Amino acid sequence: MSSLPDPQLPAGPIAEAWRRSREALPLISPLRKRNLTLLVVGTGLAGASAAATLAEQGYRVRVLSFHDSPRRAHSVAAQGGINAARAQAVDGDSVSRLFADTLRGGDFRAREAGCQRLAEISSAIIDQCVAQGVPFAREYGGTLATRSFGGALVSRTFYARGQTGQQLLYGAYQALMRQVAAGRVELLCRREVLELITVDGVARGVVCRDLLSGALEVHTAQAVLLATGGYSNVYFLSTNALKSNASAIWQAHRQGALFANPCFTQIHPTCIPSGDAYQCKLTLMSESLRNDGRIWLPASAGDERAPAAIPEDERDYFLERLYPAYGNMAPRDVASRRARELCNAGHGVGPGGRSVYLDLRDAIAREGRQVIEARYGNLLEMYERISGDDPTDTPMRIYPAPHYTMGGLWVDYPLMSSIPGLFVLGEANFSEHGANRLGASALMQGLADGYFIAPATVTAWLSGHPTPTIADDAPACREALERARSRIGALFQGGGTLPVDAFHRQL
Amino acid sequence: MIEHCGISRDAGGLRSGLEELAALAGRFHAEVRVPGTAEGPNPELEKALRVADFFGLAQLMLRDALAREESCGAHFREEHQSAEGEARRDDANFAHIAAWEHRGDGAEPLRHAEPLRFTTLQPSTRSYR
Amino acid sequence: MTSLSGASGSLSLNLRIWRQDNPGEPGAYRSFRLERVGADLSLLEALDQLNEQLIATGERPVHFEHDCREGICGSCGFLVNGQAHGPRAATSVCQLYLRQFADGATLTLEPWRSRAFPPIQDLVVERSALDRLIAAGGYCSVNTGQAPDGNAMLIGQEQAASAFATATCIGCGACVASCRNASASLFVAAKLAHLGQLPQGQPERRRRARAMQQQMTAEGFGSCSSNLECEAVCPKQISADWISWMHREAR
Repeated sequence: MSSLPDPQLPAGPIAEAWRRSREALPLISPLRKRNLTLLVVGTGLAGASAAATLAEQGYRVRVLSFHDSPRRAHSVAAQGGINAARAQAVDGDSVSRLFADTLRGGDFRAREAGCQRLAEISSAIIDQCVAQGVPFAREYGGTLATRSFGGALVSRTFYARGQTGQQLLYGAYQALMRQVAAGRVELLCRREVLELITVDGVARGVVCRDLLSGALEVHTAQAVLLATGGYSNVYFLSTNALKSNASAIWQAHRQGALFANPCFTQIHPTCIPSGDAYQCKLTLMSESLRNDGRIWLPASAGDERAPAAIPEDERDYFLERLYPAYGNMAPRDVASRRARELCNAGHGVGPGGRSVYLDLRDAIAREGRQVIEARYGNLLEMYERISGDDPTDTPMRIYPAPHYTMGGLWVDYPLMSSIPGLFVLGEANFSEHGANRLGASALMQGLADGYFIAPATVTAWLSGHPTPTIADDAPACREALERARSRIGALFQGGGTLPVDAFHRQL
Repeated sequence: MIEHCGISRDAGGLRSGLEELAALAGRFHAEVRVPGTAEGPNPELEKALRVADFFGLAQLMLRDALAREESCGAHFREEHQSAEGEARRDDANFAHIAAWEHRGDGAEPLRHAEPLRFTTLQPSTRSYR
Repeated sequence: MTSLSGASGSLSLNLRIWRQDNPGEPGAYRSFRLERVGADLSLLEALDQLNEQLIATGERPVHFEHDCREGICGSCGFLVNGQAHGPRAATSVCQLYLRQFADGATLTLEPWRSRAFPPIQDLVVERSALDRLIAAGGYCSVNTGQAPDGNAMLIGQEQAASAFATATCIGCGACVASCRNASASLFVAAKLAHLGQLPQGQPERRRRARAMQQQMTAEGFGSCSSNLECEAVCPKQISADWISWMHREAR
C-alpha cells in the first residue's frame, strides 16, 4: 500500500452531512439480502446492535462471541451514561454543541464529519433504546432524566442509575436474541477469532477456535464486521474485563488493515489501586465522586503518617492549587498526570506510594453523612468491599488506570477498514474521540455505529461489489487455518516453565 | 507499558520501552509454559494467544507515541509542555491521523498520515486554570 | 477490619475444589492448600495464584468462569461451602475478598448443579438455557428505526426505578443453582417484571409471559420451590415477590 485509501468524507456543508450521504447510499433488494451472509464478531453494544439490525433488514447473520453468552460483553460494565443532543433540551443544547464538545474534547484529533454524524444520530439512539424497554431514569413528570458529565456545560447524559452500559447492552442483546429466535441470526458462543480470511484482498471470513472443543473453524461470509472492543489490556492492570483481548483487530492489522492512533489511550484518574502483586484487575469508581471528594497528598514527600494525623496545613490539595477554576473536576488526563507526577516525587500514599487520597470529610461535615451516603451509596459500598476501608471514616485511595483506547483499526467514513469488506465498529475502530474521549460518549459511539451507520454503509458496499460464495476449503481459508495452527503450535513448543501471567505482569 | 507509555511519555522512556519489550517478547516465546494441549478447553492457551498479540500492539503503541512529537488529549509528551506543565499541541505538524501499515513481524511498520481539516471550528487550546 | 492501607496481612486456606476433566467422566473433590495469600485478594485472584502453582507443577489449572471481576458481567459463579456466590449477601463470587475468611478456613468450591446447566469442566457449566429463555420472548419487538420519540410515553420516576430494579439481573444462574427444584423462576420473573412494568412491554405482555414460562419447562428447569433461596443468593437482590406476580401474568 503506497498511500492511504480515500476516507470517503462527505462533500458540502457539515450540518446534516450524514442525512444527505445516507440518503444517497445505494440499497439492495430484500430478496438478495436473504442470500448474503454477514459475519459479526463481538456482542457488545456495537456488535449486538449491528447484528440485530442487519438481521431485521433481511440478511443472514452469523455472530461469534468469545463469551458463553452475548450478555457478558464488557459494554455491560459502563457506569455513567450516554450522551445525546435532544431537541427538547432546555439548557441550550443542540446537535452543533455536542459536535463541538466532542471535537474539542478530542483535542482536534478527530474527523469533524465523524463527530458531526455522531451528534446527529445521538437522539435517535435514545429513542431506539427506550422502545426496547431500557429503563432510563425519569423525572417525576415522566420525561427522560439527564445529568451533566465532564467536558460539557449542558445536561445531556441519559442514564440508568450507575448501570447504563448494562441496560443498553441488554436492550441490544434482547434485540439480538429475538433475531436468533426468528432464525435470522446464527449465534456461536465460546469462539475466539484468530485469523482474518481475505480473498483477492477482500475480507471474506475468519478462522476461530471453539473454546470448548479446541477445534479450529472456518466461517466465510460476504463481509466481516469486527466489534471486538479496545486494547487497554495491553497494560496488565486496567479496568477492562480480563478476557477483553484485541486479537481480532491485531490479526486483521497483520493481514493489512491499517491501525490508527495506537498511542491514544485514556487513563481514568479514579480507580481503586492495586494492593497485591496477584491483583489482576482494577475497578473504576465513577468520577462523579470528584464533585464532593477533595483530592490531596501529604505536602512533604515520604510522610507516612495516617491521613487523620496529617494536619490541614500539611496537606496539598494539588488540583485545587494548580487549577483554581476547575479544581477537583479538572479533566481526566490532567488529574491523572498531576497525581502521577506527585507520586513519582515521593508524595504518594498507600503500598509503594502509588495512590492519592480522595477525601469526603469536608463534604460530610458540610452536608451530613446521610446525604453523602445516599448520593454515592453503591460506590462507597464497592470501595469498602474491595479495600476493606470505610470511605466515610478514612479517605479513599485512588490511582489512575487505563480504561479506554481511542486508537483502533483505521476506518473510512462508512466504517470500512483499509481491507475492503472488513468493517470495524465501536471501540475497535479509531473512532470519533480523537486524542481524548469525553465521558458518556463511548456508549453513544458503539450504538451509533451498530444501529445506524454500519447497517446503511455495509448495504451500500455490498450493492456495488461482487459477493462470491467462498468454499470453506478454498486456498485462502486453508492458509488462514495454517497460520492459526502454527501460532498455536509455537506456544506449546517453548518448553519453558513460567505461566503467561508472569510475562503479562511485566508488560 | 504503564511506566513508559502511560499517563505521560518521553522519547527516552519510549525508546527504552521498545528495547525492554523486544527482550520480554523474546523471553516469552522461549520461557512460557502453556499447560495442556490445543484440544478441549484451555484458558491458559487463550491467555497466551492474547498476550502474544499484546506484544505486537504494545510495540505499535510505543512507536506511535514516539512519532507523535506533540502533546494532545490523553497523549502527553514531557518534551512538549508549557512552562506551567500544560500540554503543547502542534497543529502545524500533527493535525493528522496516524495510520500504521504492517509490513511483516520483523519489519518497521509504515506510518501514513491522514490530514484533518476543520471547517466549522478552529483548533483552540484547552485551559482549566 | 483489615485495611488496604496498612499491613493487611495474609492467611492460609484449604481449598476443596470440584475437578472434572469433561462431562463424560466423573468428577471428584481435590484438596489444595494455599499458604500465606494476601487477605486483600479476591477469591478468584487466590484461584489465579493457585493456578500459577499448578502450572509450575505440571497439573491442569482449575477452570472457572470469570471476566469483568467487578460483579456486573455475570460470568462467574460457583458454590462456596454450599452457598451460591459465597457467604456475603448481594455479592457475586468475584467480589468476595479473602479478608472475609478466617486464617486456616476450608472452602469447598463446587459448580452450579442443575439439569438445565450441563457440566463442562471443573467449576464451569453451560448456561445457554438462560439465553434461550430470553430468545423465547424476553424483548420488545421493535426494529431499528421504528422507535417513537422516547418522551412520547411518560413513565413515572418510581415506575422506571422499579422496572430498573428487575432489569439488573446479570444472568449468573445463582438463583437456579440454589433452588432445590433448579427453577429459573426468579430469572424469568425478573425479565417479565422489567418489561411488564413499562408501557413499551404491554403489547406482547401475555404472549411473552406464556412463551418464557413454556420455554422454562422445555429447558428442564423445575418449578418454583418457594423456599426463597434464590432471592437470598441473588447478587442484585431481585425480590422473589416477582415470582408470584409472574404466576398471575401467564393466566
